[in-house]
Amino acid sequence: MQPNREQQLWMYEHMLVSRYFEEAIEKIYLEGKTPAFNMANGPIPGEMHLSNGQEPCAVGVCAHLDAGDIATSTHRPHHVAIAKGVDLDRMAAEIFGKKTGLSGGRGGHMHIFDPAVNFSCSGIIAQGMGPAVGAALSRKMSNREGVAVAFLGEGAANQGAFHEALNLASVWKLPVVFVIEDNAWGISVPKADATAVPRNDVRAAGYGMPGVHVAGNDPFAIFAAAGEAIARARAGQGPTLIEIETSRLAGHFMGDAEGYRPKGEKEALFARDPIPRMRDRMIAEGNLTAEGDAEIAARAQARVDAAIAFARASDYPAAEEALERVFA
Amino acid sequence: MSEKVSTTNERRLTIARAMAEAIAQEMRVDERVFVMGEDIGGLGGVFGNTRGLIEEFGKERIRDTPISETGFIGAAVGAASDGMRPVVELMFVDFFGVCMDAIYNLMAKNTYFSGGNVKVPLVLMTSTGGGYSDAGQHSQCLYGTFAHLPGMKVVAPSNAYDAKGMMTAAIRDENPVVFMYHKGLQGMGWLGTEAGATVNVPEESYEVPFGKAAVVREGTDVTIVGLAMGVHNALKAADLLAKKGVSAEVVDLRTLVPLDRDTVFESVRKTGRLIVVDEDYHSFGVSGEIIASVCERDLSVLKAAPRRVAYPDVPIPFSRPMEQFCLPNPDKIVAAFDTIGGA
Repeated sequence: MQPNREQQLWMYEHMLVSRYFEEAIEKIYLEGKTPAFNMANGPIPGEMHLSNGQEPCAVGVCAHLDAGDIATSTHRPHHVAIAKGVDLDRMAAEIFGKKTGLSGGRGGHMHIFDPAVNFSCSGIIAQGMGPAVGAALSRKMSNREGVAVAFLGEGAANQGAFHEALNLASVWKLPVVFVIEDNAWGISVPKADATAVPRNDVRAAGYGMPGVHVAGNDPFAIFAAAGEAIARARAGQGPTLIEIETSRLAGHFMGDAEGYRPKGEKEALFARDPIPRMRDRMIAEGNLTAEGDAEIAARAQARVDAAIAFARASDYPAAEEALERVFA
Repeated sequence: MSEKVSTTNERRLTIARAMAEAIAQEMRVDERVFVMGEDIGGLGGVFGNTRGLIEEFGKERIRDTPISETGFIGAAVGAASDGMRPVVELMFVDFFGVCMDAIYNLMAKNTYFSGGNVKVPLVLMTSTGGGYSDAGQHSQCLYGTFAHLPGMKVVAPSNAYDAKGMMTAAIRDENPVVFMYHKGLQGMGWLGTEAGATVNVPEESYEVPFGKAAVVREGTDVTIVGLAMGVHNALKAADLLAKKGVSAEVVDLRTLVPLDRDTVFESVRKTGRLIVVDEDYHSFGVSGEIIASVCERDLSVLKAAPRRVAYPDVPIPFSRPMEQFCLPNPDKIVAAFDTIGGA
């Protein structure tokens, strides 16, 4: 299964929006944090987990989803949120803690909820998986269309919630796909030091579902694997586990000195940055021109600029609004 | 129990049957409602509260789960957010240790973190309480643990009338509700049961609203506040005190979140004395909260220092004499009154 030209352009543009968005966030995050880095300062306080490098996972999967399908993501959610169609203005405002944010500033960057496109995430490792299983159960029980996709990191595969969710999804044959974004690092601990098997897709065998491995952080290969798994889920044939080799171009969070990386790793990762690789391939295959690329890049940048401007211009919530919305 | 709809109805139900009846009635009128948990299908729930449901509603809607509390409570959050109304059983509240993230980081926070845009209409029903020598991994109450954490309503009925009405209200609520039922009130023959919990229950559907405590016995000399099993200990203590010429008022909290501080305060303003009975641990819990809420509002209503009869701060022991020594009972409540009664 190959993405057609239209799908490729959609994937490429959303990768760019995500990349540009995070470049903007990265810059703004450092405002007020120099010369002394204090996480509490600046227009974007708190932890900031960037997903640059992992964009292929988001677009390769979400190219097969529509707004009615469900996606749950992690503490590193921006790329998936963008590919899933989350309102970028309101997401940016949420990251700034503004009143116009998706949650009025209560959630911030690790707690993005946009029910209009069935997107949510959680800051706790592997804990988006149960809700994805439940949403799939909901669709199956109520005979409503839709599949659920749970995104997780390779470190999450060592959490109990991972194993419980896989078993539950399989024993109930639910329309859910589990997508592991293997960026090789759990903060500072390499996968090999934490995981008993070199590849987590083999763990699918323990739960009676197909396990698929995608190497090379390749959006085309991810598109193909996800397409098959999602079609399988839509056809009522049950869950699939996919592990994607991807790359975290940034630290675990901003401010991470990344002293644990072997010498030269970052340079090697940037040399394999998936965005220029996709652009080159599309140009080589005649699906993109230099002019077309410039046009897409300009559109993506304008989209990001508008979202950041919206966030900056928005007001903070009244402090007392903290006491509202505990209950529906 | 002052709010009984029908006192002429002679039909008496156990809490277990009252819970099952409420669930069945809601399932008949709302196809979004379903039940899942361990052994809630063919077995009808270890504590009987889903008995008969699988025969009427089948395996899809009365869904036995693997022993995977993190998995299925997390799934319940996802299903509730997607438009279903799951009723989920955590067989013993003591098991919260294996699944608390799904409860307090997802179920209880998703509404707030979404700015109110995501609703989680989920009932988490769970058994509490000891007294039958099951030791400290199967006998705790943990009321305060759940009530302490924002984002979930917490209820604990003392009788079958309230249990049915509160279960109905819980299923209809747009928010997560932790429905804590005490095993010693449940009406399971093999557990022994408190007779006072099995009361008249109307057949028709009704709600017992949350956040309203009940004055289950009126009195003038002391207010005894309790919930679940504590209410029955309080009522027995009130009988003993009456023999000594002391008039005790008994308040059944029924709901911890939201908490009816007004009813407690008004009662204490009348009696001037306060004893709180709680089978949960003594420190940092419900008993301290009740006392604080009275003291904060007006210390002068108290004629004497408040007292609490709660579980000592020890894990619950197995041996019968040791466990019985630790549990609240009517004699302890009377003894607590004796330390403040003359004031």
